[in-house]
Amino acid sequence: MRLEPVANPTLLRTVGLPALALFGTVVAASLLAMIAGAQPFSVLGLIVKGAFGSKFAALETLNRATPLIFTGLAVAVAFRAQLWNIGAEAQLYVGAVVTVVLGTGALAWPAFALLPTIAVAAMLAGAVVLLVPTFLKTRFGVDEVVTTLLLNFVVLLWVSMLLEGALKDPMGLGWPKSARLIAEARLPRMVEGLRLHWGFGLALISALVVWVIQRRTTLGYEMRAVGLNKEAARFAGIPVNTVLIKTALLSGGLAALAGFSEVAGLKGSLTLDISPGFGYTGIIVAMLALLNPLGVVVAALFVAGIFVGADSMSRAAGVPTYLADIMLALALLMMVLAIMLTKFRVRRD
Amino acid sequence: MTKTDEAQVVLRLSSITKRFGKLTANDAISFDLAKGEVIALLGENGAGKTTLMNILFGHYTADEGEVEVFGQRLPPGQPKAALQAGVGMVHQHFTLADNMTVLENIVLGTEPLWRMGFGRSAARRRILALVEDYGLRVDPDATVGSLTVGERQRVEILKALYRDARILILDEPTAVLTPQETEDLFATMRKAVAHGLSVIFISHKLHEVTAISSRVVVLRHGKLVAEARTADVDRHQLAQMMVGAEVPPPAVREAAPGEVLVALEGVSTPDRGAAPGLKSANMALRGGQIIGLAGVSGNGQAALADLIGGLIAPASGRLRLKDGVPSDWNPRAALAAGIARIPEDRHKTGTIADFDLTENAVLELYAKPPFSRRGWMDWGAARDFTQKVIERYDVRCPGAETRIRLLSGGNMQKLILGRVLETAPDVVLANQPVRGLDIGALTYVHEQLLAARDRGAAVLLISEDLDEITALSDVIHVISEGRLSPAFGRGELTTAELGVWMAGHGFEGETHAA
Repeated sequence: MRLEPVANPTLLRTVGLPALALFGTVVAASLLAMIAGAQPFSVLGLIVKGAFGSKFAALETLNRATPLIFTGLAVAVAFRAQLWNIGAEAQLYVGAVVTVVLGTGALAWPAFALLPTIAVAAMLAGAVVLLVPTFLKTRFGVDEVVTTLLLNFVVLLWVSMLLEGALKDPMGLGWPKSARLIAEARLPRMVEGLRLHWGFGLALISALVVWVIQRRTTLGYEMRAVGLNKEAARFAGIPVNTVLIKTALLSGGLAALAGFSEVAGLKGSLTLDISPGFGYTGIIVAMLALLNPLGVVVAALFVAGIFVGADSMSRAAGVPTYLADIMLALALLMMVLAIMLTKFRVRRD
Repeated sequence: MTKTDEAQVVLRLSSITKRFGKLTANDAISFDLAKGEVIALLGENGAGKTTLMNILFGHYTADEGEVEVFGQRLPPGQPKAALQAGVGMVHQHFTLADNMTVLENIVLGTEPLWRMGFGRSAARRRILALVEDYGLRVDPDATVGSLTVGERQRVEILKALYRDARILILDEPTAVLTPQETEDLFATMRKAVAHGLSVIFISHKLHEVTAISSRVVVLRHGKLVAEARTADVDRHQLAQMMVGAEVPPPAVREAAPGEVLVALEGVSTPDRGAAPGLKSANMALRGGQIIGLAGVSGNGQAALADLIGGLIAPASGRLRLKDGVPSDWNPRAALAAGIARIPEDRHKTGTIADFDLTENAVLELYAKPPFSRRGWMDWGAARDFTQKVIERYDVRCPGAETRIRLLSGGNMQKLILGRVLETAPDVVLANQPVRGLDIGALTYVHEQLLAARDRGAAVLLISEDLDEITALSDVIHVISEGRLSPAFGRGELTTAELGVWMAGHGFEGETHAA
């Protein structure tokens, strides 16, 4: 067996294969549900119902999708320029820390001034966190996959230290938890009476902005050129390292917004479990979206739906929620396979 | 058509067809190879020669048809079976281990690893016998890394002979050789034929084909278009068969040299791996001239191209432009100085395969108005520009929004040509500008370079094809191991004399005798 490149993939290949990948994921998940002793179709139905079946469920899914849109965008932006940012988790936590530092009374400003200030400060902090590995890459050729990945653990331990010390809530009965944000630092709800905060709106706007940057601006053109062919970009006079630095600023900033949005929109304070791996799941989201910023929104909703739906499915059908993790892993693997098969065909000799 | 005596047939290709997507690289190709003959497989780049040989050798599997060697059908897709059947192939790119000796390289793979060293003296005796019989001068104990390109090629041929090859396939063997080395290779081929071997010699150089082959098989666009006894055809007819049309000779008028636009003053650049950098090179690029750079590939051409293109700066010496020595030297500075660059590798360096024509057309110009204003791209202006290039430079494509990877090499090159020439540059750096192009595109590129010269631009033409250099250039420099020869005027040196320079003789400070 060997792979041969496909010169000009047909529409059937480029659209059909990813669709087939999702279908394959569903079939495989059904089989697993059967093994767990449940009716496969009822399990899938329960997941869909649990994710979108009621107003409450749908809002929960949107809330869950919000940080995934931010981290998905962060990864998509970076990967598009072939900057392998595996550190969205760290950038998210740094954004959350800045939100707590500025939002717990340090700045007693009205909301219309305070919220943008915090958001921008969080983005800057997240950008700096990615800037260090990017600088090491452009200057010394240090592999950013390793540095960004390891920084996740460094930052998580640092946050843990802060929550046991400088940022520890004096009224928190000894729990490793920050003080609560002041009211002016909380993101308001998008619609009165519905449990959905403006973080979601900000995420949608961000997706649109990233799309415009990539398609319409000079920087976006440079980022795509660098990602597709660094050698040709350098030859043409595109300042490759500068472009990578700018990409890092954007990517790190977007990931930090996830932390800002979770703390200011949803939780109101910082704990060490504020992210159940949103930074890593963002990689899955970005890959499923084929790095398209608008596709990231759809992919984030899909992923969030599976998580939220699996929770309620688990309660109703008695199938472990781990099924959600397996489904995501399957979807990613199948999608990667599908992407490869749009570009190569398998030949048997 | 010639008929080969059945008993003498050593290799038979029967209606070999190979498709890559929509492209049919080989279309029902059949021919026989007889014992003791040299067949020249002639065709332009992209005609399907290499694909056919890769099928024969088992690197590719044919979609249809079969290969017979000595009457036995070869199982498809198995290089090992081809080797055992007595087929030896010398690729364009050598497959030798640099850190091992010639002997080790030759024996490698023929004996189990744990027996290495056992048959060493026997192996040496056999190799020396082969060296003697075939005139393949090379020291069995030399490390391959220290050998010249010509010597490495001999090692490859020895490797095939050591494995008892009865059929030798040489894929464009002369592309890396000086004229003198080519003569040596031909002598070896004649000896091989005298020993009863059969040779398939792949080339697109007509004078070589007529010099060495007994029969020619001509491929065009994947089809076998002609098969003839070499004695029955002349070069002119061969050229016509190859391209399917009359080949117009480039009409070159005398040039009026202008002022010096770029000057190299004792420039040296660092070596890069096996490729030498420049060694205190002096050169002047004058307006209104085509300056040809002759040389065997890998002798510092890349360093010179990168230097003038702005990708590297001199390590010592000076690069002087019309208005002085630039303080900062990079691709943007080169573009700003009016240097247009046609890169050697149009796929990897010249274009971005997954960008469309528009995005590729503005690759060097995007940062300035009208294409970009205050950080925003004006895709309308970019499309207009691309449309203009497509029309003026005859780029055949479905439209400006086509991804450039779908274009043929010739059309890709025309887009690059249009992109750089539309800016009316002072200097044109043309690095292998016609490599892999069909005759139509080739002629077009040459015409455009001549037009740029007539407009007053300095054109630096880098090519491995000596005929191209001598036909077009007003001034010729030869490069060897990073050293530049003095400038020679048109017709000042014969091909043989150029060959002597290409082989590295005649340079200042030379250590070995010429």
